[in-house]
Amino acid sequence: MPDTFFTASPHWEWFIILYFFVGGIAGGSFILAALLDFFGRPADRALVRLGYYVALGGVAVSGILLTADLPRPERFWHMLIESNTGRPMFKAWSPMSVGVWGVSGFGLFAFLASLGAVVEAGVFRWRVLGWAPIRALAARGPALAIAGVGSLFGFLLAGYTGVLLAVSNRPIWADSSFLGLLFLVSAASTAAACLILLGIWRKVASPTALDQLARFDRGAMGLELVALVLFLGSLGPAARLLFGWWGLLLVVGVVGAGILVPLAMERRGRKAEAEPGHRRLAQASALVLLGGLLLRVVVILSSNGTHVIGSGVSSR
Amino acid sequence: MPEPMGFYTDTTVCIGCKACEVACKEWNQLPATNGGCHQMSGDSYDNTQRLDGIHWRHVKFIEQFAENREGGRWLMMSDVCKHCAHAGCLEVCPTGAIIRTEFDTVVIQSDACNGCRDCISACPFGVIDINPVSGTAEKCTLCYDRLQVGMVPACAQACPTQSIQFGTIRELKQRATARVAQLHGLGEQRARLYGADENMLGGLNSFYLIVDEPEVYGLPRDPKLPSRNLVRSSLLSTLGAVALTLLGLAGFRHRRMEEVAATGERRPDA
Repeated sequence: MPDTFFTASPHWEWFIILYFFVGGIAGGSFILAALLDFFGRPADRALVRLGYYVALGGVAVSGILLTADLPRPERFWHMLIESNTGRPMFKAWSPMSVGVWGVSGFGLFAFLASLGAVVEAGVFRWRVLGWAPIRALAARGPALAIAGVGSLFGFLLAGYTGVLLAVSNRPIWADSSFLGLLFLVSAASTAAACLILLGIWRKVASPTALDQLARFDRGAMGLELVALVLFLGSLGPAARLLFGWWGLLLVVGVVGAGILVPLAMERRGRKAEAEPGHRRLAQASALVLLGGLLLRVVVILSSNGTHVIGSGVSSR
Repeated sequence: MPEPMGFYTDTTVCIGCKACEVACKEWNQLPATNGGCHQMSGDSYDNTQRLDGIHWRHVKFIEQFAENREGGRWLMMSDVCKHCAHAGCLEVCPTGAIIRTEFDTVVIQSDACNGCRDCISACPFGVIDINPVSGTAEKCTLCYDRLQVGMVPACAQACPTQSIQFGTIRELKQRATARVAQLHGLGEQRARLYGADENMLGGLNSFYLIVDEPEVYGLPRDPKLPSRNLVRSSLLSTLGAVALTLLGLAGFRHRRMEEVAATGERRPDA
């Protein structure tokens, strides 16, 4: 019996599953927007701005989900400031502590990047946006600096969640070291899918940009398949928890519907120019998003359902 | 600085009276389950079933009986927080609510905890859970308030058979070692200590004398710290971040380079 089977569930459920999903998309969107910011063409500016808005919206939702999940939400700040000393609270060896600062730092950079995007787009005529320090956010130099540093926070936000689960004593989570990697590549893949969908819907993505995002997504899905195999292979005896409905959902929902089917669909659709409505690409991207959500559902709930022995009642 | 203090629980003399559970609940003013409408387990005299935020002591009833009910035995064990010398809960707590006291015990400060529940998943023994009244993670404090005024923890004081013994770890280990030798002399060769050895999480400040495999008592054979996965997991994630960066650069940068080369187009700001 693996030692992780003797532990208790932290009751992290739907709020946390949604947070892992949304936070991953937020972090990934920022990184993709930053890549387009660095290397894209003038025609991609609207898509860059959309990426930053998704990042800001995503991190805002993440903050709400995380706070709402606390039984004492009014004490959320205890993770940033030690409540009895007033000193900053940070533990480099606690993934949750690192994550709290990661979410906060990412929130700051997503806000700055979005502010720069709003100035650049010129959609609002507020006087505050004309203020020189805020106008400077849209200038090339500061914008790229924000994009660069914010991307590091983006990776942190998208990847720490799996490390958080691994640094525990719970079945499945602590039985593998590949969860951080798996969640990170899945976040990249779902973020690309999200930008593709929103880009098509808002009509801000050029066929070239859609091609680039779709190609990136295919690469990320390839990495995700590798990470999934490594993850499952490293579980050892704890893998038995996945023999059943959770395993079926993982194979059919995550691998099948979320990775293999979209890959096959995109292979057939290939060039975005060839398909004016991008229907196939949009459908494939929607499936990628579904797969990313199901991955987190399976990983979290398959472990939560385990209370194998806690009562100590056994008979021979 | 006082010496490290803790519990030595000799499960061979536990009679399953649950006086420790009651004393703990009374002293610490822990509420009843579900307002007193408690669901019986239905398959055992063990109706407490697990340690959680409102049960800081739990007497386990392990029933070892053959199908024909011959030659059976009861194993009873009053379970509690192990107050590990290297504590997983303390390691991960992101608010600093979990502290190590001057008695080398581990205490959750209820006024600092916000209920994030990271400690619940970090504990190798499944000891901690949320107390629905306070909304914070709670567990045995080893009666920190009583220790500070020189009193014995409520459970140890209430125990009528001295199954739960309180004292300095040094003295408790001597007593426990002598008891194991005595039991071996009486022919109970299965008697052994669980958690007295420093190899187990630096030593458990609440350790046990048991007479079967740890798993039989619902105890992990080799409990580990959550941080064992930290470096490997972080490095692999960083590797993933590098791979994704390369993937992104290959996709977005090359296309851009090709276009610049083909059209001689210049950057918008150049």
